[in-house]
Amino acid sequence: MVGAFLDNVDLVIIAIGALVGISASLLGTFLVLRGASLYSDAISHSILLGIVLVYLISGDVHSPYQVVGAALAGLATVYLSELLGASKRVKQDAAIGLVFPALFALAVLLINLYARDVHLDEHAVLLGELAFAWLDVVPVGSLEVPRSLLTMGIITVVNALFVTLFYKELKLAVFDAGLAHALGLKPRLLFYALLLLTSVTAVGAFDAVGAILFVTFVIVPPAAAYLLTDRLWLVLLGGCLIAVMSSVLGFHAAMYLDVSIGGMMATITGLLLALAFLAGPRYGLIARFLRLRQQRVQAHVRMLLVHLYTHEHEAEAEMENVPRALEHHLRWSPRLSRAVTAIAQQQGLITVEPAGQRLHLTEQGRRMAQEVLEPWRRI
Amino acid sequence: MTVHSEPVQAPWDRAGAGSSVDVEHEPSLALHIEDLTVSYEYRPVLWDIDLDIPPGVLGAVVGPNGAGKSTLIKAILGMVPVAAGHIYVFGRPHHRQLSRIGYVPQRTSVDWDFPTTALDVVMMGLYGKLGWIRRPGKAERQKALEALEHVGMAPYAHRQISQLSGGQQQRVFLARALVQDADLYLMDEPMAGVDATTERHIIGLLKELRSRGKTVLVVHHDLQTVSQYFDWLVLLNVRIIAQGPMHEVYTLDNLRHTYGGQIRLLQGLAGALATDGDGEAKPGDGRSAGDGGAAALGR
Repeated sequence: MVGAFLDNVDLVIIAIGALVGISASLLGTFLVLRGASLYSDAISHSILLGIVLVYLISGDVHSPYQVVGAALAGLATVYLSELLGASKRVKQDAAIGLVFPALFALAVLLINLYARDVHLDEHAVLLGELAFAWLDVVPVGSLEVPRSLLTMGIITVVNALFVTLFYKELKLAVFDAGLAHALGLKPRLLFYALLLLTSVTAVGAFDAVGAILFVTFVIVPPAAAYLLTDRLWLVLLGGCLIAVMSSVLGFHAAMYLDVSIGGMMATITGLLLALAFLAGPRYGLIARFLRLRQQRVQAHVRMLLVHLYTHEHEAEAEMENVPRALEHHLRWSPRLSRAVTAIAQQQGLITVEPAGQRLHLTEQGRRMAQEVLEPWRRI
Repeated sequence: MTVHSEPVQAPWDRAGAGSSVDVEHEPSLALHIEDLTVSYEYRPVLWDIDLDIPPGVLGAVVGPNGAGKSTLIKAILGMVPVAAGHIYVFGRPHHRQLSRIGYVPQRTSVDWDFPTTALDVVMMGLYGKLGWIRRPGKAERQKALEALEHVGMAPYAHRQISQLSGGQQQRVFLARALVQDADLYLMDEPMAGVDATTERHIIGLLKELRSRGKTVLVVHHDLQTVSQYFDWLVLLNVRIIAQGPMHEVYTLDNLRHTYGGQIRLLQGLAGALATDGDGEAKPGDGRSAGDGGAAALGR
């Protein structure tokens, strides 16, 4: 069965995309919430320096030490950026933007000087080539497993374990680092561990999907899931789901349109984000619009109640508390005044005298008007 | 150093002071600070602080913006590097006693859009006792719910925290400190920008903590209410101006020294000082609810 799966090129490509997506968005959730998502972009570039340096020392593009080199380069990026940011001479985001291009540029120069003949070009680094990821296989027992599938599988398991085991520690470190520190839960150490894993994931993703899709998967699925829910574990889960959906839909769309698979996957994450932005249950634009409309209706109802209340016991009540007066005094259109009156009646806040059409407050309506006018009376 | 009143326990009276860190150091004091200096880039934020807080007091730290009030709290919690000096909590170096300290940070120090509920935030107070990896379970949930009940927030337990008002958020933070079940509570402006109801609630809670034998030290920004709410006063402006029981330290002279040129602020107080005494005035009386300016971070 596993053999049949591995022979299905389409499935392998989708699986690699999904694994990159899951592993990246699990870590990305915490980076996004901490406001440190830009680090994923920085790391995905500067790990090239680690990879180049390890190649120059070991002479092997695929040595396992690459992970070590890349992880160190990633940590160096974060450490130098934080150091520069802490100097207060440079803003934190600018510090990140200063450090990683320098490291990336150094890597490019080193490739040009010493590794011209090796497959390490910037184009592949940035875009990757998912379509050919299945060609590079390593033997596992009797099977030939695509290298990217194997590495991303391992990385996904490691990241999932990290996030599950240290769920509460990560949550507190991101929400309130001060308390985390006071409780002895080492938020700084966790932050570096998080970015170390981000670096390792970036190296794994680097061959398969390139830096851009990796950064997309770190940031976009968690950002989309964040628009859909108020619970951290649901953001994590939703991020994974969105990443898998993007991989599946992206692959098929790319096949259909005959375009870059990675590019299409990234596009789908963007579309899903836009969808969440529009149709999210609480923070979506549509929900917001509906809520605002609801609030507007309620504001009008309250205006009506207050108007009736203030004129209730006056001599002119006969004149004031009739639909015509609403049009006149509140400057409401006949349509609006009819609608608001109907809603208030429906909510049991007023009654309408059938003959003179005079409007009367019910007990409930009067209480509501009092509450608006004299909120301090509440309790 | 100028001290304008005579504290009950003179801070320089260090009978039995030992140099070894492991020896109990003033174990009869909840908080004992010697020669503490904290600086940012060699510019002192706190200068040679000697501070003694006896157990069971409800103390206020008062001083102008930039006096180092928040920094003092953070230094006690080990959150900022200490340039010189020693901090002892119940006789032991502070970094070994973190589990005995409950901390209520400034409300604005966290991101309230974080995807979590009020109940979950309160449970965070228990993470230290749980230790690494272990997840909070039924018992922790129960404790957190009780704490929320205690601060009148039980109906909001499952609300997303951004949907709470400022006062409600502050009460969630207090509930979180309550579940920590600490012996020393450090609070950074818990009454900044909250409504009168919440302020009454908070002060009631602080007094309850004191009656349970806890020591509470609160950064407070409102000179009008400080003498009604608290029984111990620390006047701070980069250095300690005065410290001791409220009735001894709360003098116009001391306040003038603390606030320096900002006399205008104090003029209205002169009358209050004369009549204040121990008379139980209604809390939250005659003051504006949101004191945004004075609530700014003091470091």
